[in-house]
Amino acid sequence: MPTEQLKATETLDTSGLLCPLPVYKAGMALNKMDPGQVLQLICTDPGSLADIPAMTRQRGDTLVASEIQGNTQVFWVEKGTKQ
Amino acid sequence: MTALESQSQVEPDIEPARKRLALVASKGTLDQAYPPLILATTAASLGWEVGIYFTFYGLDILHKDRMENLKVASLANPAGPIRLPNLLGAMPGATAAATKMMKSWMNNANMPNLKEFIDMAQSLDVTFFACATTMGVMGVEESDLIKGCDIAGAAAFLDFAATADVQLFV
Repeated sequence: MPTEQLKATETLDTSGLLCPLPVYKAGMALNKMDPGQVLQLICTDPGSLADIPAMTRQRGDTLVASEIQGNTQVFWVEKGTKQ
Repeated sequence: MTALESQSQVEPDIEPARKRLALVASKGTLDQAYPPLILATTAASLGWEVGIYFTFYGLDILHKDRMENLKVASLANPAGPIRLPNLLGAMPGATAAATKMMKSWMNNANMPNLKEFIDMAQSLDVTFFACATTMGVMGVEESDLIKGCDIAGAAAFLDFAATADVQLFV
């Protein structure tokens, strides 16, 4: 699906933050959301490129899509039912 | 139906246990206080159950007063913030300068300070085990420690670590 068509319930911008903050803040945000809702997550930490897919695997959420725009990464994470 | 049969029928409905991380924090320098707290807050954010055993100098991380005064060693730390020959690393003020520089690095990178990391970990229900032997050896009282620590010996920590998926010594 083209990312322009993705609907996010919430957006979290972690620009300028390094590990563990993007995962920590995304985890806090996802914990407050309902299963099926989508978090749009913006990251600039180069580590996030590996960390966010790992986070979704471990948490049982789904990485719906991701996009790299220069030094910025945008992820769409659908909250799962595990957490 | 026997008790055993009824138990085996119930078992498949039980949710798989959460992953568990068991960490030992044994160092009392500012630079070595961060890694266990970074790993702990990350794992807890992934939904893992996390416990850190603070032992020997690592207990200073839980010490209300000493926590604010952890330092980065300028001596015998060739990768430290101030790259001095060891002889100069022993000069008065060198440790203070290395500590100040690391704090400024962390601050400029928008990293939380130690107290903020501890608050983050506690808000995610990370268990802080305070080593009882260290408390006895170093004269640390429960009232010297931050709130919410579990005073425990090695057996209690190993009991927690025995079923951990990841165990790390820092």
